Amino acid sequence: MENNDLLPLEVLCTHYNVEVSFMTSLGEYGLIEVITVNEIRYLNKEQITDLEKLIRLHYELEINMEGIDAISHLLKRVNNLQNELNSLKNRLKLYE
Amino acid sequence: MEFIDYYKILELDKKASDDDIKKAYRKLARKFHPDLNPNDPAAKLKFQQINEANQVLSDPEKRKKYDAHGKDWKHADEFERAGRQQSYQRPSGSGSQGNFSDPDFSDFFESMFGGAGGTRSGGSAKYRGQDFNAELHLDLKDVYETKKQTLTVNGKNIRLTIPAGVEDEQTIKIAGHGSPGVNGGPAGDLYITFIITNSTKFKREGSNLYTDVELDIYTAVLGGEIVIDTFDSKVKLSVKAETQNGTIVRLKGKGLPVYKKEGESGDLFVTYKIKIPTNLSDKEKELFRELSKIKDNGK
Repeated sequence: MENNDLLPLEVLCTHYNVEVSFMTSLGEYGLIEVITVNEIRYLNKEQITDLEKLIRLHYELEINMEGIDAISHLLKRVNNLQNELNSLKNRLKLYE
Repeated sequence: MEFIDYYKILELDKKASDDDIKKAYRKLARKFHPDLNPNDPAAKLKFQQINEANQVLSDPEKRKKYDAHGKDWKHADEFERAGRQQSYQRPSGSGSQGNFSDPDFSDFFESMFGGAGGTRSGGSAKYRGQDFNAELHLDLKDVYETKKQTLTVNGKNIRLTIPAGVEDEQTIKIAGHGSPGVNGGPAGDLYITFIITNSTKFKREGSNLYTDVELDIYTAVLGGEIVIDTFDSKVKLSVKAETQNGTIVRLKGKGLPVYKKEGESGDLFVTYKIKIPTNLSDKEKELFRELSKIKDNGK
């Protein structure tokens, strides 16, 4: 069964010039979701933007996996707080 | 054009070793990298300065020139003309190295090193292109339906789909539409923040809408039917007898569409504001007195 949304991990490793072990670690830390079909590992293309960010954090800024994990959690929190702030600002407009 | 102290930017002194420069760059890049500071223009600017400082100080040839001319960098061109023949050339057209676009570098950098691509040695690290930020101003009426709009960003036309129900100050990312990457690095992203003004009589919270409707005292007391405006049409409402002031009625599905959930809409909340009649005629006053007496006698 062919799924155009899935990209083989091996191909991504070649494209981004990263080790397979790096991708495996990202999967183990839950930073990306690796999907296995017929013993071939894939990544959904929706995750590519996040993957590119993780690659930059590791290879450009030399941040290890634990650091990337912590940063990802904090960025999610920042994002959630920003959304909450926007939502509260919008609610406040009801009383203006 | 002001002199830029690259050592100061990287928090180093002039005797810094190559290793010190590398460490300082890494440390500051981790602090100000755009991936770690989303939607922060100040951090982005700082990161560009750090990048520029690193480009100069980590390249022995550039560092030598920078150190030699330092604050007297204005005389660098004379020095160049006298001593050498055009060592530094501006990049011509589309360079194969995919360097930073010129706006990423200060005028100072360009005047000394002849533009972003001047003497960059091959094999340098990949860098992600700069992110672009833009604001798109819309009225609440514009977000009732999904719309397509063409934006021009840095000379490129981008056809944008604005999903119905987008929130005020919501930012969407259009991947890969920022500045091109460096040395094969990925292009930056385009962030569009929607600024939504409201010229309608409806107030909004998420996908729900709120409005006040005046109700005459007779309809409020006796009940009846009224026609009210919804966001895109009119509906007939049955008003129950003895409706109190401030009663809120929910009209399911008459709010704004829920963002990115096709077919789903929020609700419209109508608050009844009962209007007390004024300028009553003698006959009306008489009848109200009569009503009052009936009420008192009924107790």
